Amino acid sequence: MDDLIADFVAECREMLEALGGEIVAWEAQPDDRARLDSIFRFVHTVKGNCGFFEFPRLEALSHAAEDALADVRAGRRHPDGALVSAVLAVIDRIGEMVSAIEAGEDMPTGDDNHLIDALAPGAEGVIVPVVVAAEAATKASAAPRTIRLSVELLDRVMSTVSDMVLARNELARRLRESTSDVPVDGAFERLSSIIAEMRDAITRTRMQRIENLFVGLPRMVRDLSAELGKQVLVDIDGGDVELDREMIEMIRDPLTHIIRNAVDHGIEKPSERLKSGKREIGVLAVSARQSGNQILIDIQDDGRGIDGKKLVEKAISNGVVTKDEAAQLSPRDQLALIFEAGLSTAKEVTAISGRGVGMDVVRSNVERIGGIVEVDSKPGEGTRMTLRVPLTLTIIPALTVSIAGQHFAIPRSAIEEIVRANGESVTLEHLGGAGVATIRGRRVPEVSLATVLGLDSQVDEQDRTLVVLRPAGGDVYALSVDRIHDHEELVVKPAAPAVMATGLYAGTTLADDGSPILLFDPAGIAAVGGVKLEVQERTARIAEGPASAISKATPVLLFRGLDGGRRALRLAVVDRIEEVPASAVRESAGQLRVQLGEAILPLAGASASDVADGKVRLFRLNDGLHEIGYAFAEVIDFATIDRDIIHSERPGEVSGVSLVNNEPAELVDAHWLFANHQAAAAAKKEQLVCLIPDWDPWMQNMLRPLVEAAGYRVVDDAENEKADVVIACLGEELPDNASHKTIWLRSEPEVANTKDFSIYRYDRAGLLMALKSAGGGRGK
Amino acid sequence: MNELLLVVTIAGERVALPAAAVESVVELDTLIPVPRAAPHVAGLSALRSRVLTVIDCMRSLELGDTDCSDGIREAAVVELDGHHYALIVDMVEDVLEAASDPVPVRAAMGVGWERVSDGMVETEQGPLLLIDVAALVAGVEAKAAA
Repeated sequence: MDDLIADFVAECREMLEALGGEIVAWEAQPDDRARLDSIFRFVHTVKGNCGFFEFPRLEALSHAAEDALADVRAGRRHPDGALVSAVLAVIDRIGEMVSAIEAGEDMPTGDDNHLIDALAPGAEGVIVPVVVAAEAATKASAAPRTIRLSVELLDRVMSTVSDMVLARNELARRLRESTSDVPVDGAFERLSSIIAEMRDAITRTRMQRIENLFVGLPRMVRDLSAELGKQVLVDIDGGDVELDREMIEMIRDPLTHIIRNAVDHGIEKPSERLKSGKREIGVLAVSARQSGNQILIDIQDDGRGIDGKKLVEKAISNGVVTKDEAAQLSPRDQLALIFEAGLSTAKEVTAISGRGVGMDVVRSNVERIGGIVEVDSKPGEGTRMTLRVPLTLTIIPALTVSIAGQHFAIPRSAIEEIVRANGESVTLEHLGGAGVATIRGRRVPEVSLATVLGLDSQVDEQDRTLVVLRPAGGDVYALSVDRIHDHEELVVKPAAPAVMATGLYAGTTLADDGSPILLFDPAGIAAVGGVKLEVQERTARIAEGPASAISKATPVLLFRGLDGGRRALRLAVVDRIEEVPASAVRESAGQLRVQLGEAILPLAGASASDVADGKVRLFRLNDGLHEIGYAFAEVIDFATIDRDIIHSERPGEVSGVSLVNNEPAELVDAHWLFANHQAAAAAKKEQLVCLIPDWDPWMQNMLRPLVEAAGYRVVDDAENEKADVVIACLGEELPDNASHKTIWLRSEPEVANTKDFSIYRYDRAGLLMALKSAGGGRGK
Repeated sequence: MNELLLVVTIAGERVALPAAAVESVVELDTLIPVPRAAPHVAGLSALRSRVLTVIDCMRSLELGDTDCSDGIREAAVVELDGHHYALIVDMVEDVLEAASDPVPVRAAMGVGWERVSDGMVETEQGPLLLIDVAALVAGVEAKAAA
């Protein structure tokens, strides 16, 4: 709240300062409309904020002034000298009060009524001498150590820094070309790191906590729900997530719209809520979090949810989809219809959200800044909208591709996948001159970049690479390019109008070698390439639907193993395909294991010698509880097993052989894989408890793993638990909760006397024996 | 009145560019074509880590093509609405002081010249045609020949 008041005070102060000149000018020329308007705006702003902060005196004053000025603006009243004086007196009083608020003092005493009365038509002019304001102004010097900067200035600094980065890149290139000089290189390195740091800092100045966006929400929701006779509680989380200033402005409207919708259409009236067994008060949760270089904003309500069927009915009656198409839509597709133009399930247009601005506008606004809107809803339980937006606008991760020797960049956010035109699961066909790529059974319109750009590509059509793009506001298409080069973070600048007029490009940037690169606009290429978006995708999906319903065969993934064998795995057990450097694969703990992110999985399908160097591609298999990796050389195709399976006689990695696509393929037995590679970890039995003193680092660090490997659960003295076995050093006292079995350890290999039954602490075999026999006392 | 003029040769003709509009004169070496852009956009080039949009003045004036195959071309760099353009010219000659305000040319010029003309100025070397840089950059309205 203090922040808000500080903002309010700062805003008032700024306006008062700016107004200083205006007031004098208005006094001299009361008919001046522009001056009148700016004074009106000031009192209006003050009035609006006061209501929120509960400064009743300020509110009364500004309200009265606003009324009087509104009359003048509407021409109902002529601004005479008396009115001008009265308004000036009010503004001065507001200034005094703002100063008092800023200094944290009580309001200046005095009655405002005579000021307000003076505003009334025909009232006698009252001139109130102003003294307090001047005094207060001198006090205000103890302001916090912040300054206000115009965003333009920041933008200029930002763009200069971007230029500097590019200049540094060019310098780096020239340095590489010339003979290397160690001191120069050292100085350059230093310069580089300083520039990087500076860029970081400048980027941060443009960042703003998303709180600034969220702060107005409770008030908005309160007003809305009061107007609609609903009760809504707003729960805001993640206000400290930082986002580019510009981006915050860009998502303000979409966010507001979604929240209005949620309160208006989502959350029910209290009586309805009680009837359906919910609390009277609806909850609207707004949360933000950062995920990689994206910000996710969730808006979740516990209202009535979106009725997919109603949406479909509406879509049919509006002609957005045909009846046949509608029948094929998945529940997710049904919900996605909410983003189609001209659809709203609300029976009547209300003043709150029915303003002719639909979710289609929300979607296109979010997509314009490279973001995505997703919707998820359960009828009766609520709706969740998720906005995904990139962190900044100026630096775009992009993929560089080339065609006919020229490089171009494609924004990575639009790229769905990259496949080779002659890949196993891809076919490229021509229908009436138009290219259609079939990628794993999905038909996708193909656009040849060479054709769109009018360039001659030396690369044969079948050897090109297809970049599957999903442009903002459209559906997928495949763009065929000669070659894929690199992922780069590019500082993108708008291109000249003559270049933008082509509709193909989103901007220009400089590559590391200093040559300009054009950044494509994926939607523009689709438009120029003549791809009919939206329509195409939906029909393509429908064509796929019935086909898969007919075949009852088991879908499998056909691949070539590292040993060259043609194998098949049931598709359902394959979670995804990963590619890791060979260094991530290690033989450890008696088994080949692979590190995937933070998980270490057992690796099947390979031996240590197979993965000596380079990259390893593997399937991530999942049985619902555990995961294991399965290395392979290449994916051949997706196929189905519709022939008989010849089962193998012995259980093993391969459960049988069958004809897949008319060639024999070994079927990998996933059950066996999991049974053999995950057995140890999967076996859960009642564990024996072993007590190890927690103050002994040797025991905790060296002995504990050994004990745990022997199947014990290790506890220490602090945990008041009955232990099956206690391990202690010779000469120590046993803790109270010690059990009947104790293993004594000694630190010397030699036995001190013959009665000693202790074990030398590095006698691994002896220790394990002791642990095993100690555990034997309790029946398994 | 005493406006400085940059005298350049375009299509063999000596013309004047307002020197205030010209940031620098550069020699372009690399030229990255912009597929499907208007014909007078010769391509993109980089100058001190800035992207320049290169304008072929010959094509902008509909007087044929500048031969860019021989590599280095001289160009005048101008800034318009925050974008930097390099105008390819045959030759950059001199900087002169204008001796008069521009006056309309009453004789019939070529269509292209007519479009980019800002009038005629007197100089100590005789009258020169003053070029409207913005018109030169805008080029012919017609879009790329698709």
